Amino acid sequence: MPRKFPVNQIIPFSCVDGPGNRTAVFLQGCNIDCRYCHNPETRNLCVHCGACVEKCPAQALYLQDGQIKFRPEACVRCDTCIHVCPRGASPRIREMDAAEIFAEIRKYVPYIRGVTVSGGECTLYPELLAPLFTLCREAGLHTLLDSNGMVPYASMPEVMAVTDGVMLDIKAYDPAVHRRVTGADNRQVLQNAAYLADAGKLEEIRTVIVPGLTDDAATIQGIANFLRPHMDIAALRYKLIAFRRNGVREAYRHYPQPDSAHMEALRQCAWRAGFRQIVVT
Amino acid sequence: MRPISMERVEQTRQAILDIIESPVLTHEQKLTNLANQADSLMEVLALPEGLEEYLDPVPGKQCICDLFEGHAPMRPRYIIPDYDKFFANGSEFLQLSPPTDFFEAINDLLILYKHVPSVTNYPVFVGALDKLLDPFLQGMDDATVKKHLKLFLTHIDRTVLDSFSHADLGPEATRAGRLLLEAERELELAVPNFTLKYDPDITPDDFAIEAVKTCLRSAKPSFANHKMFRAELGDDYVIASCYNGLLCGGGSYTLCRLILGNIAKRAENIRDFRENVLPKVMDLQACYMDARVKFIVEESGFFENHFLSREGLIHRERFTGMYGLVGLADAVNILLEKEGVDGRFGHSAQADQLGVDIMEQINAFNQAHPAPYCEATGGHYLLHAQVGIAQDQGITPGTRIPIGEEPDTLYDHLENCSLFHKYFPSGTGDIFPMEMTAGKNPQYILDIVKGAFQKDLRYLSFHDKDSDVIRITGYLVKRSEIEKYQKGKRVLQNTTQLGAGAVRNGRVLERKVR
Repeated sequence: MPRKFPVNQIIPFSCVDGPGNRTAVFLQGCNIDCRYCHNPETRNLCVHCGACVEKCPAQALYLQDGQIKFRPEACVRCDTCIHVCPRGASPRIREMDAAEIFAEIRKYVPYIRGVTVSGGECTLYPELLAPLFTLCREAGLHTLLDSNGMVPYASMPEVMAVTDGVMLDIKAYDPAVHRRVTGADNRQVLQNAAYLADAGKLEEIRTVIVPGLTDDAATIQGIANFLRPHMDIAALRYKLIAFRRNGVREAYRHYPQPDSAHMEALRQCAWRAGFRQIVVT
Repeated sequence: MRPISMERVEQTRQAILDIIESPVLTHEQKLTNLANQADSLMEVLALPEGLEEYLDPVPGKQCICDLFEGHAPMRPRYIIPDYDKFFANGSEFLQLSPPTDFFEAINDLLILYKHVPSVTNYPVFVGALDKLLDPFLQGMDDATVKKHLKLFLTHIDRTVLDSFSHADLGPEATRAGRLLLEAERELELAVPNFTLKYDPDITPDDFAIEAVKTCLRSAKPSFANHKMFRAELGDDYVIASCYNGLLCGGGSYTLCRLILGNIAKRAENIRDFRENVLPKVMDLQACYMDARVKFIVEESGFFENHFLSREGLIHRERFTGMYGLVGLADAVNILLEKEGVDGRFGHSAQADQLGVDIMEQINAFNQAHPAPYCEATGGHYLLHAQVGIAQDQGITPGTRIPIGEEPDTLYDHLENCSLFHKYFPSGTGDIFPMEMTAGKNPQYILDIVKGAFQKDLRYLSFHDKDSDVIRITGYLVKRSEIEKYQKGKRVLQNTTQLGAGAVRNGRVLERKVR
């Protein structure tokens, strides 16, 4: 039987997960812990403790043979299960194999031009990505990963062979700041950035701007200097994302949301560093 | 001419006085309404027997509606002048020679617009403006052209006082087309409406993207499936009024509509509806339209005398009639309820299939009914999914899913549309308000249009959920003008009043945002 993987959700039409209209597949589980994560329930896998079952006001969850089962048709999307989960997980997960996920994606052809797999962290599941993107490619769909770059892409050539591009988070250039933001070192992220740039598969890079947490000017300049030997950075889309509190855990909501003047200053900083495809959002 | 009662005369006199004394109607609106009152006293049409019961405008009961065309139509409802011919020949009646430069061209058009009648008394089609004007742009710089296009478009907006007025673009990209899109984006006007005839094999992506950007600012252009319209109507079709596919140099004599929900209410069950009630009402509407068409052609003298016809800018042989309907969703839901079956239109395969079955039946009826003076369209009327009128309450436009019941995903919504758009060569369409995030990715909307047209969708409109110009049902109105009207102030354009009614009765501001 083909292996199944935890799917948090599949968005049929997305206008924010890469160019054009794309189906976005969100996988469950992450390997780092960003303070500003706005969907922290996608980080961990459910251990079927059952804490959410009796709290669900719509009886959309139940335990069967020690496993939590989810009835999507009853769900009212109140997110109570997520809020009461002691592990930062979600019980609303569908276990699906590549063919099952693709069967859903295929319905959305010809409205979509491509597929983006995100998370959580999608590269935790190379055994899913390779067959899924192979099917997508056969259907003429463009394939993108949305990734934090913590897994070495060079170790999964079968995935990269069927991936058109990666939208890569570079959350900080200074390793200490990266550790502060995510709990992890960024050496692998930068190695991956160089690998993708060399392969012509760096679709876009993103940095979330959190005043008081990230050091954005240094990150922008550091990335520019680092990538310049590998590619023409003027052609690289760099998305600067203003921190927003929605979905963020209580402990990290105190960070201020940058105003438009702050973001505009960073746009100019990116311009001076040599970027030309700068998107502020 | 048949006699009428004094009671009806007195009622009309009171209505006339109300119009004269109205604080909100402009002078032009009063004149139009007074003319309609005069016309309402006429009884000259050869009406089919039994029609009155179904035509009676009792809310919740009316089954056939003639959309205020009056009792003695003196001109066809939709008139589509051949503007190319006008540019080639000029007009003897208007004492105009063919234009020799851009300035003469736009001046001549503005003059002709004031002499094109239609049911609204304004031109429902103002031309394929990109193709008409592009040949005159040589040697002119973009800034000058755009300045004059903006004056031209503003002139139309302030003098064609009714947004059932349409300009076409494409499918080819032209410099005039690009500048018109830019001008529209900057002006954000309600009139004229615009459609891009879109064919991915002809229209370049960058031109289509300009159109998407403009529609997210000013709710137009809409996107018409050029391949589909062309296959049905030939090369010389236009999109006029709301979204009506008609022949250039022709138009439509009339448009009446079946109110399917009210027809379904009269049936005991699905079988009774399909075998008895619907066939009878379909036949009555067709015969009523036949009578209207015959009066226009045989009695009114329009085609013999109007200069558009005498100078060959329109041809009687290029006209047809539009056989309209509203409330397919209402009918399906009412019939399923009568059968005790769960499921609603747009949400259940069984409901949607019943909708398809009903459409097949209406289509087959229309194809079997010989329509007088409709040789341009094979001797039959063209089906039309009518968008509703301001007074409609509980009547869903055409074959749309009712506002408030839209499926969760845009995909499911489009899949439902794909079942029904193909039946309506003379027009149908769906409207999708979009979040601003889509504006940052115009390719997103173009991808949806491309996919939809592969899936037999005919006509799509998008607007930003927060824009001032919004699409009411098919026509455009400024939200700010509706607010003025609601406060009791006079407003320039007739359609603002209709828009205010549709906001109140049709909940058009509550469409699901995508």
